[in-house]
Amino acid sequence: MSAREDILGRVRAATRDVTEKDPALDVPVTWAYGQPLATPDVLADFVEKVEDYRAVVVRVPSDQVPRAIADALTTLGVHSAVMPPGVPAAWAEAASAAGVRLFADEPPLTHAELNDIDAVVTASAVAMADSGTIALDHHTDQGRRALSLLPDAHVCVVRADQVVSDVPEGIARLAPAMRARRPVTWLSGGSATSDIELSRVEGVHGPRRLWVVLAED
Amino acid sequence: MSTGAERRTPAPPPAAWETYPVFPKAAKIELQLTEQRKNLRHATGTIRAKRLDRASEVPNWEDLRTAAAAIKDRVARHLDEYLVEAERTLTEAGVTVHWASTADEANAIVADIAVAKGVDEVVKIKSMVTQELDLNEYLEKRGIAAWETDLAELIVQLGHDLPSHILVPAIHRNRSEVREIFVEEMGRYGTPAPEGISDDPHELTQAARAHLRAKFLRAKMAVSGGNFIVADTGTLVIVESEGNGRMCLTLPETLVSIVGIEKVLPTVEDLEVFLKLLPRSSTGERMNPYTSMWSGVTPGDGPQDLHVILLDNGRTRVLSDPTGRAALRCIRCSACLNICPVYERVGGHAYGSPYPGPIGAILNPQLHGMGSERDRALPFASTLCGACNDVCPVRIPFTDILVHLRHLAVEHKTAKHPTVEQGIMKTAAWVLSDGKHLEKAQLATRAAGRVLGDRPLGPMPVPLAGRWLRARDVDAPPTETFRQWWKKHEQERKES
Repeated sequence: MSAREDILGRVRAATRDVTEKDPALDVPVTWAYGQPLATPDVLADFVEKVEDYRAVVVRVPSDQVPRAIADALTTLGVHSAVMPPGVPAAWAEAASAAGVRLFADEPPLTHAELNDIDAVVTASAVAMADSGTIALDHHTDQGRRALSLLPDAHVCVVRADQVVSDVPEGIARLAPAMRARRPVTWLSGGSATSDIELSRVEGVHGPRRLWVVLAED
Repeated sequence: MSTGAERRTPAPPPAAWETYPVFPKAAKIELQLTEQRKNLRHATGTIRAKRLDRASEVPNWEDLRTAAAAIKDRVARHLDEYLVEAERTLTEAGVTVHWASTADEANAIVADIAVAKGVDEVVKIKSMVTQELDLNEYLEKRGIAAWETDLAELIVQLGHDLPSHILVPAIHRNRSEVREIFVEEMGRYGTPAPEGISDDPHELTQAARAHLRAKFLRAKMAVSGGNFIVADTGTLVIVESEGNGRMCLTLPETLVSIVGIEKVLPTVEDLEVFLKLLPRSSTGERMNPYTSMWSGVTPGDGPQDLHVILLDNGRTRVLSDPTGRAALRCIRCSACLNICPVYERVGGHAYGSPYPGPIGAILNPQLHGMGSERDRALPFASTLCGACNDVCPVRIPFTDILVHLRHLAVEHKTAKHPTVEQGIMKTAAWVLSDGKHLEKAQLATRAAGRVLGDRPLGPMPVPLAGRWLRARDVDAPPTETFRQWWKKHEQERKES
């Protein structure tokens, strides 16, 4: 434990000039947290920003979601897909009817098995329009983290009531999950790199294709 | 320790950072590399334009910057409290917390965990702090192979090279150089590049994907840095683009994250400020493709053995200077590099550190102290134009700190023995302290003026003055001083 005491001792010596003990009084932060953006049409903004990452977005009425999932899998040309245990049974039925071989993650698949599956279908927790970001908090309808990582295509269902204007509202909605120690993953388009001459290439290690189904009432 | 007979990973160049020449010499060498200058001009120009677009979209951008600076200052000024809180919440969430005062201590903790787990290779997420620690070479000496999984870091590692940019470490390489490195080296360390691969960035990226997939699937242990630690929840946050980070954070059984002590944020809500500022300042995107946040161990999901190493390695030295400590606000976005006219021309290697550009110029001398000539030279590696002040998302006052550090560098230099410059200043002080002294000195300048006539002073072989006069013309000293003229003038006035 000596490194701990050494470091804390050095920190205290280095900040001897600080006389106000209350951090909030010492350095006031004049920022209004959790504010929405004044976006006229939040859903349209979300669609525009996600499409800007060259991901696909389809808008459907809620009762058409199973069919939209089957269409997505067919269009992506996938033969196999995994769905986490908590998604509606109708999603799996529609995908099976479209001829896709389905895997459930019960018992948990190995990483090698997941790596051989073409696609994953999940729900989501929150979506942030201004940055085109989808957040997963890995509840049972989203599955554990490896599930939405190893398959090469991700079909993600977002409900209209999950879409907020911007990051601050999104953080406010996610804070309870984080305080409950749930892992949280943010997706903004598919995986990408700009490491070679700063030219953007979509599709590196994460799912190379992201297909978003936006369910509206 | 291994016998050193055979390396597991590509060797870095023999001239690592510690043997790099001081900035003024290194800059002259780097300026000769025309291909590198071309690559840098293209890359920094592109990313500057993107950053400006994305920052301009945000109506309250300046308020966000102010909030970020205040939050970071609050943490720094009360760092002991926030560190103890972070340690508590991390521990409660099932994370093993280690503390490391130095690079050696941190490296040893990582290697000891690997040895205890019985692994001889680790996968790595791109991390500035492990570059700072030279972790890969330490692990190599202990027989553990560290594989870089970020595309640019892979290019640097396979190229036996050193990084030259915080965000895009291979910014000095163009596509055909990358192709050559992949064709030559990939096969030696795993899946080779496909036959007949071209220099198209898309093809090169797919080669990296195939090369690394096998390593991800077999890895038992990963090493990461960390962008933020949230004190009130014990959450670690890592932002990335490629998904290599998610692979490392999700698939292995053991994850060790090395995080500088300045990376703490007070609450989850503070993330809203930084996750708006960082991607727009860094890659010029509205959001980076992937952000991972985890708060301890989740049974059945991800690594079940989590470690965090809280690292000092000079950070408390930075903290101890009330002027310089604003450098600890840095969130490693690299906007200051991309905007810097000096960085754009000399590139990252000239700074002799994994932290180049304006942030390197203020961080390195403070992390290490003024003991080495290399660190003392860095505060002078700037034109003080101040463009970095304006783009910095956490409002680091770069030019104020640079001037402050120049002062410290001069103080250090003159502490033991006075310099010629000091001698001149001392003489000047004597001359100007008394009118009679000045009059005496002016006898000499008048004499010089009569000798030189109307000829201006050009280059002359005198130390110090010679270098200064190389770029300047100075009029010869006048043959009449102001005092003489005044006396004469007063005399004439009285007589008339």
